[in-house]
Amino acid sequence: MSRAALLVLADGRFPAGGHAHSGGAEPAVAEGRIRDADSLAAFCRGRLHTAGFTAAALVAAAPHGLDPLALDEAADARTPSPALRATARKLGRQMMRAARATWPGPDLDALARARPRGAHQPVVLGLTARSAGLGPEDAAHCVAYETVSGPATAVVRLLSLDPFHATAVLARLAPELDRVAEQAAEAARQQIDALPAASAPLLDITAEAHAAWPVRLFAS
Amino acid sequence: MHLGHTHDGPAAVSADATRLDGTRRALRIGLGGPVGSGKTATVAALCRELRDRLSIAVVTNDIYTREDADFLLNNAVLPPERIQAVETGACPHTAIRDDISANLEAVEDLEDAVGPLDLILVESGGDNLTATFSKGLVDAQIFVIDVAGGDDIPRKGGPGVTTADLLVINKTDLAPYVGSDLERMALDAKKQRGELPVAFTSLTSAEGVGPVADWVRAQLASWTA
Repeated sequence: MSRAALLVLADGRFPAGGHAHSGGAEPAVAEGRIRDADSLAAFCRGRLHTAGFTAAALVAAAPHGLDPLALDEAADARTPSPALRATARKLGRQMMRAARATWPGPDLDALARARPRGAHQPVVLGLTARSAGLGPEDAAHCVAYETVSGPATAVVRLLSLDPFHATAVLARLAPELDRVAEQAAEAARQQIDALPAASAPLLDITAEAHAAWPVRLFAS
Repeated sequence: MHLGHTHDGPAAVSADATRLDGTRRALRIGLGGPVGSGKTATVAALCRELRDRLSIAVVTNDIYTREDADFLLNNAVLPPERIQAVETGACPHTAIRDDISANLEAVEDLEDAVGPLDLILVESGGDNLTATFSKGLVDAQIFVIDVAGGDDIPRKGGPGVTTADLLVINKTDLAPYVGSDLERMALDAKKQRGELPVAFTSLTSAEGVGPVADWVRAQLASWTA
């Protein structure tokens, strides 16, 4: 395995559509819950330990060899918001395109055939990690990081927050990212039904409201 | 096997010329340029001029609303199922150059839903003079500026002005009112672009888009040749 493959996959410039999504930060900014670096850190921490942990375990399950289609159903069951289910499948379809260009393989082709409109993004990301020769914990690190880097980047644009402060928030979260990734990789060793199902109800509710905004900067 | 040419999946990777059923995909032309230079008006005029003979669809990249898509819908230049809006996350140039996945998805969805198509116009959100389209997304690109934005824009150059396959200098009817020197703009453009073509347009009359439509027809002729 190549460790550098993890850097390529986790890079915010990996062309898989993520730049147009705020991970719930846009409605949180509008409602005043993210105002500065401290409140950004609190938001990221909350997202990491709930939706992030659940997604990280789903991602780690694919390199463990669990069936992608069953994982896709498990992801559906863990995503109560229809808007977030649609977003996850849209991003999964976009991730699939990038994955098949970067680390092509028969597993990715098979999932693309079975889910032409897109599987859940964590499932595609997990298979991509496997195709890139990465292990479950690497894959979980990738999603843990993306869970917090997406909102941080979006908040730099939404609030004109000092980019150094936003990046410092990510740096301080690094030990927690490690722990969540380890726990997720450990949890992914179990049967599909035993995968974590932590959720953040407020993120689900605001995602539904945000999807109906007539004017917004981010797609989700 | 060449990367991106798997023939058993649901989607080509990006710029593959043939679709999975073996048919040739539509020609894709990008339109970029600064805010207010007349990109949407040019798209609308092109649709009116070409829609009787060609099967056309449009992808818009609005920065924060569906304004451009709605303008095209309200002006009924194409039926609604032929217009798709892409959301760009406050960064319109990223969506047409650095990460083209959402635009590629829109292009594929349009071909699936209303195809076969001859031509897909991809309009960028109004952005700066450095915004250009990825070759993975479009086959050729038009950069639209206008005389009221300052007649020194061609002289200043930048990737859009210098490298676009067609430079459109729009709103020539306004030149006398804003003190823009069209001859100077033509000379400066020539200096920046060499043999690459420049079209001067005024969209206040129906035939105003003629030079751009002619260029598009020529691109289509070589695409289908």
